[in-house]
Amino acid sequence: MSAQAAPSQRTDLPQQKSPPAATELGPRPTVIRQPRRGAAGRIVAPLLVLAAVLALWSLASHVLLDPDRRFLLPPPGDVLRTGLLDRANLAELLAALWSTIRVALVGLAVAMVLGVALAVLMSQARWVEHSIYPYAIVLQTIPILAVVPLLGFWFGFDFLSRVIVCVLVSLFPMITNTLFGLKSAETGHHDLFTLYGASRWQRLWRLQLPAALPAMITGFKISSGLSVIGAIVADFFFRQGEPGIGRLIDVYRQRLQTEQLMTALLLSSLVGLALFFSFDLWGSHVDKLRRAKGPH
Amino acid sequence: MERAVEGGDQPPIDFHTVSMTYHGATHALDRVSLRVRLGEFVSLVGPSGCGKSTLLRLVAGFERPTAGSVTSPGQALGYVFQDATLLPWRTVLDNVELPGQLLGIAPDERRAQAREALRRVGLASFERHRPAQLSGGMRMRASIARALTLRPRVFLFDEPFGALDEITRERLNEELLSLFVAEPFAGLFVTHSVPESVFLSTRVIVMSARPGRIVADIDVPFPYPRAPELRYQPEFAALAGQVSAALREVSS
Repeated sequence: MSAQAAPSQRTDLPQQKSPPAATELGPRPTVIRQPRRGAAGRIVAPLLVLAAVLALWSLASHVLLDPDRRFLLPPPGDVLRTGLLDRANLAELLAALWSTIRVALVGLAVAMVLGVALAVLMSQARWVEHSIYPYAIVLQTIPILAVVPLLGFWFGFDFLSRVIVCVLVSLFPMITNTLFGLKSAETGHHDLFTLYGASRWQRLWRLQLPAALPAMITGFKISSGLSVIGAIVADFFFRQGEPGIGRLIDVYRQRLQTEQLMTALLLSSLVGLALFFSFDLWGSHVDKLRRAKGPH
Repeated sequence: MERAVEGGDQPPIDFHTVSMTYHGATHALDRVSLRVRLGEFVSLVGPSGCGKSTLLRLVAGFERPTAGSVTSPGQALGYVFQDATLLPWRTVLDNVELPGQLLGIAPDERRAQAREALRRVGLASFERHRPAQLSGGMRMRASIARALTLRPRVFLFDEPFGALDEITRERLNEELLSLFVAEPFAGLFVTHSVPESVFLSTRVIVMSARPGRIVADIDVPFPYPRAPELRYQPEFAALAGQVSAALREVSS
């Protein structure tokens, strides 16, 4: 169907092997084709949007702003020069970024393990689900800004507290997505496990958890972005210990260093993006292996 | 002709005046009595919702009857579901190994059993494939192989070929019969297709609409093995007509 649209985009992609010829008798595997049409679009389209945003941005800072007010929105070139190409600035930013990444990764890992564990517990008995779920929702609704100082009082203003903030921010999507996934195992599969007298453990390990994997990966994707935000928010408020991106953002804000401020934003969202797309890649791999086609 | 194999007096499947009411409201089955002996292949036909599948679920132990009793062979049974119900994250071989794995059979032994079952359904060279790489007919073959692994003496089929095209369906019917002839079992087969029921079975049971009752019990005297051409013999057409007439009566 996509034959006409595809050729020009296919040149840089490895050629899809043609399906094995149907010479042998009997059934043969059906080769699964990935739709190729979207591949180039997925790269070109967002680049076009980026170009448009950069153009508007340059236009705004050069045309709309007087030169003496240009610090409010410095043009992209200035941001690049000051933020990324200046050695001292870049070193400062990268050091802070590394501190933030460590907090975010540890927080995300804890949220993943804890979220999956809680969801598994909740999937095992209704009463557990009923007793935990309301508090999981509370997690989602508490204003994190109000909790951050409390955590500081209790656990100090260093690594531990920052990780806890990360976990609080990113736990909820892990719980809900995993729980949804655990419950998504098909009735027919459950019947099959009942037929062979599967234990609760076998059902969980061999059916529910594998069935939940795609939903869990969705949870990882959402939580990965949140954990980076959590690390930055915590860092912004805890003014002690190793400075992360959050603290630099605060400093740049006070000094009206908009170029550095925007670079910090750019770098931290790049971290979130990198995490998101790693999980996304894993998710598409899992989907590709499992994707069932319609009945023939 | 008498196909029942001698094996004690106790038939592996025995429904004794079984009634079934769901949630105290839906009356699904009404005093159904039915025995299936070893070497008998019994098809159940009837309007949708007449409780055919419920009978299978009772034998498998997924449900309990509201009244009456059901004798079933416990775990020594193969169940072929309406969908292939293969686990999409497992290879074909791993899927076929699942029953042995759940029952704690040693890995080497269950692997050998699974390979043998795949060979019997003609999927030996597809053991490394994933379900998504197979056609509907091949997925159903893998599903049958999975039910075969433990060499059960009782087989339950819940409309297994309903979603397949005519050619694939007839081919699988013939393959199923060759499995039955090679190693006779007690089979209970739910279907909507009259020709399929006559072609496969030693007996065809016609059930009424809800609450399901047995309204006709028709013997199919053709000997096994049955050739595909049997479907076009006048005797076959006459029996199919008889089943069809009984069905029409309960459906109107």
